[in-house]
Amino acid sequence: MTTRREFLVLACGAFATPVEAQLDPNRAALRQAAFQEALRKVTGDAPVNRGRVKLDLPPLIDNGNAVPLSVAVESPMTPADHVKAIYVFTEKNPQPNIIGVHLGPRAGRAHIATRARIADTGTVIAIAQMSDGSFWSDSVPVVVTLSACLEEGLI
Amino acid sequence: MVRVVVNLPAAAKRGEIIEIKTLAAHPMETGFRSTQLGEPIPRDIISLFVCTYNGEEIFRAELHPAIAANPLIAFTTVASESGRIEFKWTGDNGYVATQSAAITVV
Repeated sequence: MTTRREFLVLACGAFATPVEAQLDPNRAALRQAAFQEALRKVTGDAPVNRGRVKLDLPPLIDNGNAVPLSVAVESPMTPADHVKAIYVFTEKNPQPNIIGVHLGPRAGRAHIATRARIADTGTVIAIAQMSDGSFWSDSVPVVVTLSACLEEGLI
Repeated sequence: MVRVVVNLPAAAKRGEIIEIKTLAAHPMETGFRSTQLGEPIPRDIISLFVCTYNGEEIFRAELHPAIAANPLIAFTTVASESGRIEFKWTGDNGYVATQSAAITVV
């Protein structure tokens, strides 16, 4: 006959969750650190100015799996003064990078468009590197209703 | 099967800025998802896109898992001379796709 005490001990053992099933409590902090690291990799220690860049994406995102976004940079796009690169990052994805593009005076206009996956409500930031080495940025806060990357594969 | 589409004007005035839109059919599997049995699905993405105009590189993009499936890339270039604009996508598992388009500059 199982005593009440034995039953409780067995029950606790049965319902204990395996360690690997638990989420890392520091996940948010780790992602923030990865985000800062990704920004540093692009800009080094150079200061990033606000302005000249216009990041356009919807402020309220119904479906994070395909978010249309475009980046336009004010620049004459001459051989002497042009945009060398544009990078887009998001704060809450498992990896912060979205896209990095390299262009030059032959682009005529510094304007790109693509579609991104955004995992969670947070900030999206675009950084442009000019031919003189300066960095300019724009950031947009977005609200995501249906997150990307959460659904299971159908394989 | 590799399927890509590019959209650009067939003719342009010299010095005109033209918009080029490209689309590649690709699942862009992030590597962060798992099957219903809990096995991780390996990453399978297009990681690099390069556009050349008569052999000279005019645009290059590094893509990450945060780009949506069937990656769309739109950019601009100055129509400087008649010739061919070539596009190349490369990615995981040996994925390579190429496409080219002719442009007449008047």
